Amino acid sequence: MSITLGLVLEQTLNGLQYGVMLFLMAAGLTLVFGIMNLVNLAHGSLYMVGAYLATALTERMGSFVLGVALALPATLLVGVVVEVVALRTLYERDHLDQVLATFGLILFFNELVAMIWGRAAIFTSVPSFLGGHFRVLPGLPYPTYRAAIIVVGLVVAALLWLLVTRTRLGMRIRAGASNRTMISALGVDIRLLYTLVFGLGAALAGLAGAMAGPVYSVQPGMGEGILIQVFVVIVIGGIGSIRGAVVGALVVGMADTLGRAFLKPVLATMISPPAADMAGPALASMSIYLLMAAVLFFRPQGLFPLRGRG
Amino acid sequence: MPVSRRTLVLVVGGVLLALVPPVAALTSQPFYLDLVRRMMIFAIAAVSLDLILGYGGMVSFGHAAYLGIGAYAVGIPAFHGVENGMIQWGLAIVASALVALVIGAISLRTSGVAFIMITLAFAQMLYYLGISLETYGGDNGLRLAARSRFGGPIDLRQPAVFYYLVLALLVLLLALGSRLVGSRFGMVIRAARSNEARARAIGFSPFRYKLTAFTIAGAAGGLAGALLANQTEYLTPDFMHWTRSGEIMFMVILGGMGTLFGPVIGAVALLLLEDVLSALTEHWQIILGPILILVVLFAKRGLWGLLVGPEAADG
Amino acid sequence: MAEILLAVRGLSRRFGGLLASDAIDLDVACGETHAIIGPNGAGKTTLIGQLAGDLRPDSGSIRFADQDVTRLDAPLRARRGLARSFQVTSIFRDFTALDNVALAVQAHAGRSFRFWRPARTEPTLREPARAALESVGLGARADVRAASLAHGEQRQLEIAMALATEPRLLLLDEPVAGMGPEESQRMIRFLATLKGRRTIVLVEHDMDAVFTLADRISVMVYGRIIATGAPAEIRGNEDVRRAYLGEDQA
Repeated sequence: MSITLGLVLEQTLNGLQYGVMLFLMAAGLTLVFGIMNLVNLAHGSLYMVGAYLATALTERMGSFVLGVALALPATLLVGVVVEVVALRTLYERDHLDQVLATFGLILFFNELVAMIWGRAAIFTSVPSFLGGHFRVLPGLPYPTYRAAIIVVGLVVAALLWLLVTRTRLGMRIRAGASNRTMISALGVDIRLLYTLVFGLGAALAGLAGAMAGPVYSVQPGMGEGILIQVFVVIVIGGIGSIRGAVVGALVVGMADTLGRAFLKPVLATMISPPAADMAGPALASMSIYLLMAAVLFFRPQGLFPLRGRG
Repeated sequence: MPVSRRTLVLVVGGVLLALVPPVAALTSQPFYLDLVRRMMIFAIAAVSLDLILGYGGMVSFGHAAYLGIGAYAVGIPAFHGVENGMIQWGLAIVASALVALVIGAISLRTSGVAFIMITLAFAQMLYYLGISLETYGGDNGLRLAARSRFGGPIDLRQPAVFYYLVLALLVLLLALGSRLVGSRFGMVIRAARSNEARARAIGFSPFRYKLTAFTIAGAAGGLAGALLANQTEYLTPDFMHWTRSGEIMFMVILGGMGTLFGPVIGAVALLLLEDVLSALTEHWQIILGPILILVVLFAKRGLWGLLVGPEAADG
Repeated sequence: MAEILLAVRGLSRRFGGLLASDAIDLDVACGETHAIIGPNGAGKTTLIGQLAGDLRPDSGSIRFADQDVTRLDAPLRARRGLARSFQVTSIFRDFTALDNVALAVQAHAGRSFRFWRPARTEPTLREPARAALESVGLGARADVRAASLAHGEQRQLEIAMALATEPRLLLLDEPVAGMGPEESQRMIRFLATLKGRRTIVLVEHDMDAVFTLADRISVMVYGRIIATGAPAEIRGNEDVRRAYLGEDQA
């Protein structure tokens, strides 16, 4: 495989696209962890629920845009129900309890989804109006759908930034992230805030899942694979920090995508091709974990830790 | 001399376990021998996790990685024609210990959620490594041509012999574990869990002790993996999947964290539950999930606490 | 002996915009009982944290027994003979009082990489632990779970643990905090028995304790030591009066 500039650019854009998806998931997860001190392993399940709902609704409505648009509030609703029914008692518990209880939720959701839609992977096609390629640069066609994901992701990131920095809710979120006891002392309705934050996170995860359908396969358990990478993102970025989530998501997205694409050929120039054949993919999938290990080793609090936690 | 409830439970439990092979033979139900042996193997894994989780407070979400390493330590040599059990199992223990040493050295620099995540991530790393090993089956895994060979009377092809070997190893682990948690070393580990700042203030540097415990637990996990590979005669990278780590953790919690014997009951209970539920419905996990949530929320003391009452606390 | 056991020079520590420790100089002689007092927010806790090894100073040095310990962490300092008690009681709650002190004895004795013999049956650990408990008056409560001890008893336990490590310097952070008048008196009387035999650095708000026990007193305000001297001097010092004692303290 020859490495051309075009290929590098394409993979860079793919890395950006994957990074965007990771960010959507990471933003919700880091807020929930930062504000409610809740480790939520079932965040990936919300991603999965978003994907399935979008797929089902698209089929029902006959329109991709409608399907995604409806899947968002639906996932948000699912998230709110989960929070009220199962998660409220966990805020006071230690992390081990949270990990185990949300692990139980994963089993539940994976099986629920399998019961309704079966265990086989479902493939959704890219909607026609977003199909095909468009020319990013002369000689560089790029799938329109993936570009759309990037655009949506950037728009959402901008909206999120506005929300967090310019609105009252955002102010409470930021205050809550750095000092939980303080905001309850200030009379903010904690339970409502928590539910809102969780709902927001669920909606973001649902959006990621809904957009993921046409690109990745939709099947039970799809949440876990991306979830672990999302945790890597927030550990690298710094828990509770949205800025950290942005940087972490880009770093992880790029590292993973570029690693998978180029590690094998690059290695093949240094060591024998058969060895590169084996080492390349192995190293590629391990690369982001090595990255996380390195960050934790040198800077355990992450790249952009919230001030109170430094 | 009055016998404590704890001793009674332990003796009865031991006797029951020892009786399974003859009873299974008498009733012509070899399935039960197989099932209980499997339970004991996971009990070994759970006990090894309890050492660091229950006594050390180290929430390692990647313990299944050591089962995988142990399993491959049997599978890979067997693939190349090396079927000697001493070599395979020795390799399982040493390799797991070494990997635990490395993972622990990095992970123990963190604590809390970061520790949970980093141990999880390392296990995933090994899982992906396993999948990428095309020669050894990749994600399809590896079939074991034959069980580990030992000399003399220890013939693992005989179900009862294999069973008693596993039982012996479980008892040995429990005995060694009991001494360990009561020893000077064990006290440091438990003190560090109880109040790390205090432990440091009196002069303990917890890291080296935690790392040692982590390594020991990993080695024991490796042994469990070697046993598991022999049990199923088939091994896949799935042994190392993080959901497996979650399962083992649940066995510890269900049985009773920090009790050493509790996880044995936890392993039996969870596997029994899975067995019963999967007979009921194909979608048994939808029931298991909420059960696990309920256990965490309401029954954290664990089954050991229920059986043995106030003597359960080691304090 | 007038030899200096603890020498602090230019110790400074900042938290964001706040200068919690401002170029602190302090000398504590062997066998001296040195009290550090000051209003809330003066930076006493930060100072203790840096002396104990929990906090790294931004600049300055700490010499203990003629060795530079500035870069050493808390366990290392503890092993060199610097024992401390905490302002907010910090003990091993799930263990008995005897276990608590035995752990301190074990920490001092070293050799904790023993995997076989039950620590609870080792006389070399249990005997000194019992003795330490007796000396602070907790002998009868040795087998009580630490969490079940009364608040005052828990603070006594902290002292017992500190003593069990046979320290050269005792760093006591508000030893009588939260104690009723009788308990305080008992504790003060006990600490008085240590005077001269041990070197003590004592942070306290309770003026009774301070003036009974201290050979010298340092007064901290806004991160700086504004005065050091014998109790009588400090009582008469104008700056100190204004900054601290001037209010309704005894």
